[in-house]
Amino acid sequence: MDSDFCAEVTISSDLAEARRVQEMIEQALVAHNYSEHDIFSIKLALEEALVNAIKHGNQMDPEKRVYITYRVTHQRFDVRITDEGPGFNPADVPDPTDPDNIERACGRGLLLMRGFMTAVEFHGRGNIVTMTKTRGNNSDD
Amino acid sequence: MSSQPARRRRLEVEDIGDIAVVNFVDKKILDEQNIQMIGDDLFKLVDELGRHKILLNFGNVEFMSSAALGKLIQLNKKVQAVKGKLVLCKIAKDILDVFKITKLDRVLTIVPNEQAGLQAF
Repeated sequence: MDSDFCAEVTISSDLAEARRVQEMIEQALVAHNYSEHDIFSIKLALEEALVNAIKHGNQMDPEKRVYITYRVTHQRFDVRITDEGPGFNPADVPDPTDPDNIERACGRGLLLMRGFMTAVEFHGRGNIVTMTKTRGNNSDD
Repeated sequence: MSSQPARRRRLEVEDIGDIAVVNFVDKKILDEQNIQMIGDDLFKLVDELGRHKILLNFGNVEFMSSAALGKLIQLNKKVQAVKGKLVLCKIAKDILDVFKITKLDRVLTIVPNEQAGLQAF
C-alpha cells in the first residue's frame, strides 16, 4: 500500500503551476501517511525552491521551463528542481540571520529549505537543486 | 474575461482599547500578489488609520512562506518609527519554526496567545 511513487513534471514559469505541483506532491505524501509536520516541511521547502526557480532562476520568463522530478517512498522524499536560468553560487547568498541582514525584506528561502529538509544540494551552475526529507523522527526539534 | 481577483478583505481588524487586533482571513499566506495586498492593508493601519499598537493573531494561518516575512519586518519598522509596538500571537508550531530558523523570533515580539498579546503592550 505504500509503494514508491515517482513523477516527472515540467511547468512553465508560472507560480500557479508550481502550486499545482505542490498539491500533487502533497497528495502523494498524504497517501504515504507522512506526518503533518513532514508535509509542512516539504511544502515549505518546495514553495521556496519553486519560487526561487521561477522568479530568480527563470526571471518569470514564460518561455523558460522548470523541470521537477520527485520520489516518495515510505522512508523518504526526494525532489530535483531544475530551472533554465543562469544559476548562482549559494555561497554568495548573504546570511539572513546576520545582524546586518536580519531586517532585510528577502533572502531567507535557502535558509528555510535547509532548516526544514534533511539535505539540500545545488548542482551544475546552481540552477539545479536536490532536496531530501527523511521521514521523521520528529520528536526532536 | 478577467482573472484579476477582486479586492477582497484579507484582514479582520478589531479594536480592543487602543490595540488593533488583526486576524488573517486566509489560511495560507503565500503568493506575492496576496502578500502585497496583505502588506498594503497592514501598512494602512499605521500610515492612514493611525494605529500604533498592533496585535497580529496567526490563529487562522496554517501555512506561510518566507515571502510574508519581509512585510512583517517592514510593519515592525513602521510601528517602531511611530513609537508603537507590533506583537504576534497564536502562531502554529511549524510556522513558529519559520521565525526561529530565520531568527526573526529575536526581532519580533511573539507570544503564545491573544491574552498574552494584549498584555504585551
